[in-house]
Amino acid sequence: MSDPAPKKGPGLAVWLPLGLFVGFLALVVVGLYWPADREVSSAFIGKPLPAFDLPPASDDRPGLATAQFKEGGKPRLLNVFASWCFPCKVEAPQLAALAQQGVEIDGVAIRDRKEDVAGFLKQYGNPFKRIGKDDLSQVQLAIGSSGVPETFVIDGKGIIRYQHIGDIRQEDIPLILRKLAEAQ
Amino acid sequence: MFSASRHSRSCRAKSRHQARRQVSRLRSTRTVGVLLLTFLAAFTLAPPAAAQDMLPPAPYAYKQLADPAQEAKAQALMETLRCLKCQSQSIADSDAPMAGDMRHQVRTRIAAGEDPEAIRQWLIERYGDYVSYTPQVKPITWPLFAAPLLFLALAAFLLRGRFRRRKAA
Repeated sequence: MSDPAPKKGPGLAVWLPLGLFVGFLALVVVGLYWPADREVSSAFIGKPLPAFDLPPASDDRPGLATAQFKEGGKPRLLNVFASWCFPCKVEAPQLAALAQQGVEIDGVAIRDRKEDVAGFLKQYGNPFKRIGKDDLSQVQLAIGSSGVPETFVIDGKGIIRYQHIGDIRQEDIPLILRKLAEAQ
Repeated sequence: MFSASRHSRSCRAKSRHQARRQVSRLRSTRTVGVLLLTFLAAFTLAPPAAAQDMLPPAPYAYKQLADPAQEAKAQALMETLRCLKCQSQSIADSDAPMAGDMRHQVRTRIAAGEDPEAIRQWLIERYGDYVSYTPQVKPITWPLFAAPLLFLALAAFLLRGRFRRRKAA
């Protein structure tokens, strides 16, 4: 018969498995070193605070209602916290510093008992003007907050202007002050 | 490098004691019942984990609605809503207190006659599409819905050629 066809080299196809493996490895490395953002930011920025009226969470501070955000012309912070939340304790000095600079801060205590809130405020300081007691996370859900602590900048008309997820650290204070100034 | 969440988190899978409670009702053997009860006690009497609130769960976090039709509606919706604290679980699956509060919210709204899709939209307005496991039809998800149709069309096209050839042979 005729000569067998000249044998071809393995060609590029032989590199395919290795290529796939390297591609997979790259995917793993990317996933490990640059993990996807797991924070769920509120989609409610730019919208007015939904209507709520929370009873006081502390004996020496009034409760919190939406109407109070619309009366003053000054932007305020709305801090979503809880006495059982560890990062909230870490955040306390920063809130105190902000309050000292004249920033008005209102709090929403999530799923908290009055006596626990009192203990928390006694130990870590009370930067709040008003504190609402949110036992069913209703306000938290209504403003699109997905955990504690979170801090929202609310302008004088009661519009949510900015959301800070997680504890406010020392380096975050200028950012918070800038967002408050922008909300004027 | 490995980014930790900045939230205070406490994730626990929903313990099976509810399912077990139902099972134990079905079983007639007493010893099995006693064993299960011991098992239950071990679960329910466990001390609360740290960084956990001390409040009891919301009224409708673990309680079903009296009307089975409404409860079925609520259950179907809860299975397609993401727990924001334990993000790969649905709120029906998660034991996080926030998931309990979300279940309470869903059940009370359904009991008040609200449409399940309206509740989903209410949550999407606040948390974005991420909160819903059921994909929403909008321009960015069109490929998702169009791909199966495209593949079916392609298959039909290829098969058409094949059938024609077979007939000719």
